[in-house]
Amino acid sequence: MATSNTAAAGVPPRTRPERWKWLGGTRGVDLIARLVTLAAALSVLVVMVWLVIELWQRSRLSRHQFGFHFLVDRFWDPVFGHFGALPFVYGTLVTAAVAMVISVPLGVGAAIFLAELAPRGLSDALTFLVELLAAVPSVVFGLVGIFVVIPWVRTSFGPFLKTVFGFIPLFQGPVYGGGLLTAGLVLAIMVLPFIVSISREILLSVPVELREGALALGSTHWEATWKVVMPTARTGILGSIFLALARALGETMAVTMVIGGTPQISASLFAPGYSIAAVIADQFTEATGDLYLQSLVELGLVLLGITVVLHAVARVLVRATTEKARGAA
Amino acid sequence: MNRLTWRRTVNAVMSVVTALCALAAVTPLLFVLGFLTVKGASSINWAFLTQLPKPTGEVGGGMANAIAGSGQLLLLAALFGVPLGVLGGIYLSEFGGWAVPLLVRYAADLLVSVPSIVIGIFAYAVVVVRMGHFSALAGGFALGVMLLPIVVTNTEQFLRTVPVWLREGSLALGAGQWKTIVSVVIPACMQGIATGILLALARVAGETAPLLFTALNNSYWARGWQQPVASLPVMIYEYALSPYEDYHRQAWAAALILLALVLLVNVLSRLVLARRMASRRAA
Repeated sequence: MATSNTAAAGVPPRTRPERWKWLGGTRGVDLIARLVTLAAALSVLVVMVWLVIELWQRSRLSRHQFGFHFLVDRFWDPVFGHFGALPFVYGTLVTAAVAMVISVPLGVGAAIFLAELAPRGLSDALTFLVELLAAVPSVVFGLVGIFVVIPWVRTSFGPFLKTVFGFIPLFQGPVYGGGLLTAGLVLAIMVLPFIVSISREILLSVPVELREGALALGSTHWEATWKVVMPTARTGILGSIFLALARALGETMAVTMVIGGTPQISASLFAPGYSIAAVIADQFTEATGDLYLQSLVELGLVLLGITVVLHAVARVLVRATTEKARGAA
Repeated sequence: MNRLTWRRTVNAVMSVVTALCALAAVTPLLFVLGFLTVKGASSINWAFLTQLPKPTGEVGGGMANAIAGSGQLLLLAALFGVPLGVLGGIYLSEFGGWAVPLLVRYAADLLVSVPSIVIGIFAYAVVVVRMGHFSALAGGFALGVMLLPIVVTNTEQFLRTVPVWLREGSLALGAGQWKTIVSVVIPACMQGIATGILLALARVAGETAPLLFTALNNSYWARGWQQPVASLPVMIYEYALSPYEDYHRQAWAAALILLALVLLVNVLSRLVLARRMASRRAA
């Protein structure tokens, strides 16, 4: 009763939008919110572009002096101010290759087991553990690499490879412990979780009808997986491998700690080497002179280019598969 | 062997082989945990947690400054990355049209994939060069740059799990868009967003490479934000490469503490998220 009285008395109820009237009411608040959040969203874009510009500008000296020759020059000599990136490009590619050779079969195998063959509960538990492995900081892998993996490679794994595969140049020469092989091994463990968890997701996104069809026609579980599910998931799994490769190329700390830190190109996997990320981490603070520093920044630019392109390709592949599967379902 | 037996054998063999692959994928975690516990646990004591590092070569001392420094850097990173990230996520999920979200999502994807050492160079160029010296601010900025795209993506994803009819209900009652977001949409997925932020913080907490030439290191307490500051990951790195037995012991201890914190946050937040998913499925 009282409310209707006041309304009748002509006192308009003080509503919320009125408090914001000077902004144009609720609409004004919404407009401001839209603009503020837009600015925040654009900050991501700004940071990304800014990062590229900053690296581009801060490597100008080195880019002008060495040009594209920078990438194929094999001498890195800070004392004489001569900088070539080839040993680092080589080390980066070789360690990543070793990592992929080990982690791709293991990772895809594990993903097949987790998605297709394991009982649900076991699969969930194991996936949980694998994803925790992805959370382990790089420097911790490096620590374990220095004090556990290096001695193991020096005393058992290296000599073993030498006796079995010693006729291949890759496995000749003295085994120091730290080197390309060790870095590759540590990298393999670090990228494994990415291959496993993304490939598993991809496999799970394949419509269940495909499996049922294959099984109904009398194929075994393995045949249904290998001949029906895998071909459907192939592109996406390739994508997960690319993602892992991008990780392996850009990985810094663990590699820096076990790769041996020598700018050389050696046919042997036992030899110490250097990767792009490792040389930046090692030498950036002690770089004297603009050209030295800018050469390191240019290495960073090269690394950025490689990983960003790989990552972009990987995303497209993964997305293509999951969307195709969703469309089919 | 007839054809059917052969096919069954292949099936059995491949099941075992892939199971072994899965086993191989989880053993490294157990190995890492095992080594850290065996080598690190005995060195964690009161002195380790409360004292400053001793001068090079002397036995004893601790990492109190590195623990505090890591906290300091994470706080700075959060101040930079969380507000921007959450607001950006809100735009992508609630306001975004077509072009801007596409571009921003793509940029966030790229930024996440940038190697951490390159983020370090960026922070060096932007903060260290302009300020003229290494500082906690530069380190915090570097970690913040890593945090930002993760928080944006997480926030957007969690906002998108909120059903449309909740928004419609609120709008139908006359609330504006911002009002709806703040008092209906965000409360509905607050837990998810907060967990996502914690996970992102846990991830950058272990980063070493972006700090090497931004926050640098410091054997003492950092006075203020303008000075170089110690952090657990950088300490682990430097102590591991040093020639002293006692430093190695402390590196293991520091790694154990760091890993324990990171894994704890991961396990807890995954449990929270899993329960959330389960309750949603039940409802």
